[in-house]
Amino acid sequence: MDLSFTADDIAFRDEVRTWLRENVPAEPLPSLETERGFAAHREWERTLHAAGLSVVSWPVEFGGRNASLVRWLLFEEEYYAAGAPGRVGQNGIFLLAPTMFEHGTPEQQRRLLPRMASGEDVWAQAWSEPEAGSDLAGIRSRARRVPGGWRLSGQKTWSSRAAFADRAFGLFRSDPDAQRHRGLTYYLFPLDAEGVTVRPIGRLDGKPAFAEIFLDEVFVPDADVLGEVGAGWRVAMSTAGSERGLSLRSPGRFLAAARRLVESWNARGGDPAVRDRVVDAWIGAQAYRLATFETVTKVLDGASIGPEASLNKVFWSELDINLHETALELLGPEAELAADSPAAPDGGIWADGYLFSLAGPIYAGTNEIQRNVIAERVLGLPREPR
Amino acid sequence: MKFARTTGQLDMAEALRALLDSSGGAAVARSWADGDQEPWRRVWDRLGEMGLCGVAVPHRHGGLELDSVELALCLEELGYAGLPGPCLESIAVVPALLADTDAEQDWLPALAAGRAVATAAFTEHVPRALDADAAAVLFRCDGDSAAVARRPDGAPERSIDPTRRLWKLDSGGTTIAGARVAAAFDVGVLGCAAQSLGVARRLLDTSVRYVGERHQFGRPVGGFQAVKHHVANVALKIEFARPLLYGACLSLDSGAEHAPRDVSAAKLAAAEAAHFASRTALQVHGAIGYTAENDLQLWLTKATALRSAWGTAAWHRRRVADALADGCTAPIGS
Repeated sequence: MDLSFTADDIAFRDEVRTWLRENVPAEPLPSLETERGFAAHREWERTLHAAGLSVVSWPVEFGGRNASLVRWLLFEEEYYAAGAPGRVGQNGIFLLAPTMFEHGTPEQQRRLLPRMASGEDVWAQAWSEPEAGSDLAGIRSRARRVPGGWRLSGQKTWSSRAAFADRAFGLFRSDPDAQRHRGLTYYLFPLDAEGVTVRPIGRLDGKPAFAEIFLDEVFVPDADVLGEVGAGWRVAMSTAGSERGLSLRSPGRFLAAARRLVESWNARGGDPAVRDRVVDAWIGAQAYRLATFETVTKVLDGASIGPEASLNKVFWSELDINLHETALELLGPEAELAADSPAAPDGGIWADGYLFSLAGPIYAGTNEIQRNVIAERVLGLPREPR
Repeated sequence: MKFARTTGQLDMAEALRALLDSSGGAAVARSWADGDQEPWRRVWDRLGEMGLCGVAVPHRHGGLELDSVELALCLEELGYAGLPGPCLESIAVVPALLADTDAEQDWLPALAAGRAVATAAFTEHVPRALDADAAAVLFRCDGDSAAVARRPDGAPERSIDPTRRLWKLDSGGTTIAGARVAAAFDVGVLGCAAQSLGVARRLLDTSVRYVGERHQFGRPVGGFQAVKHHVANVALKIEFARPLLYGACLSLDSGAEHAPRDVSAAKLAAAEAAHFASRTALQVHGAIGYTAENDLQLWLTKATALRSAWGTAAWHRRRVADALADGCTAPIGS
């Protein structure tokens, strides 16, 4: 057991660190949840891609560097430590891409992954429905077989950044007679296709990129079915594993937030009133980092990530809230100031981060569902009646 | 970078768990609590034969000379088994205290072989020596100095854990030149964290088994979401305390400046996991868990005792806070 990195790993980390120091915009970009910010962040994705740093863990042929999981984690630590812009392409890069590597055809991979890597295509996730949130098997949007493909109809909702994104991936009911999760298929579709209507929904933090998507007989060719017809549930579960586990929430983000919290606390004289909470938040970020290295070690040794990903999801989502709540407590009366208020402390980063962290226990499967998964599938307790 | 217990390490833990399982289990703890040391001695002899008592002792004294990771792994299993006695002191603390002193030849070979047990007190955070009546040698650490202590007279203090007898040691014994008091204390903190993690795991396993068997309203109570979420929360505490424990082992072994900070973080998380596991275990067991006849009490009270032993949560938090205030933010385990 060790935490020593190879000379090559260190060289990679140093290269990333240097590049970020020289290239991260001095002024933060406008929020990627706004139209202007979205465009600016897409431009940043292009810059990252030109430097070979947009998808370091991907194969070289799709725009990556074939970096090991360890290097990818080091990249993430450097990325967040440098205060680099949020990843507007994250739904595609971290959720769809792992699924596509596992289930996509070579043709799909060649056609779609390089455009995703360069920021040309920004993807949105179209999973949730008004009647199906964490209970994805309750999906009602349907797919009807037609010559050469399918016609999609129905309503998707709570889709992050769908207001400005180019394409979406989602589950639809392709066999209305099959039981619950057996009749689902995974489809890819453009958000500007005929029959698609996107309606933005304002978010708690006031940002307009959240949206619902209405589909009225939208044509999708067979080439844009991901995985087998009727196997959508299984295909989707591999995305859900990525979402709860490694790829969506690498530790870099929480490490950077914890370090900023410690700095803010020190800068305010080490306020004893919040000392214990600062310590616990810092330790929590360290625990998450170490637990991730443990997972990565096991994956490199051939293990696959199963229901344990649910432990991760609950942990990081609660850690994120703790970090931000502690920061707000530390800021005192200034904590109330909205992120875009000129007087907001630390550039409004805590207010913004706090509102965003509140979504953590909800998205990627609510923490209640995750706790059921932990109890039933990790600990072996009897299943809920369903 | 390979941050996971190796197959060899996991096999070692499993062998130890099998040995402890077949050695009398909870009955050993109960007899020890009643003042009968014989069943415990038989287990200790077997641990000595296996080499476990010398896991942290150098080869030249007959030990296995393994790293902190293996030491923690063993102490975790002792916590899981609920084995009483001055295990942590004999296996971990005293070997660290005597390392490279003139006294090591006097005691380490006997300790490594399991022929002798030792115990120790540290003025500030371990004010009473655990189970001094069972130990062949007692050490009293005061500030930077350590001395062999005289056997105490009179009766011990009773711990909230019925298997722990606590003795006040007099000052004034022979001083041990060059004893590494601070290092030995940190090894004690780490070992206490490891034992606590084992206790937490045992409480979780016991709870999971019980709620799977116990029926109410015609169903196992483990089928109710309220109960599931309780035990899932315990699993979460354990899952994210363990990496801190093993991270602290790496810091300790590399001699990192921040090792004291890291063992404190591990102790905080492991003690919290054990405490939370004990509260939850009692809740999901219901009234049966509150009885002395149910074995749950053995781990439940140990979790409480270990929580304030080797430094309270408040003290360890302050130690981490002081390190962070000094700008020591290097990652744990680096």
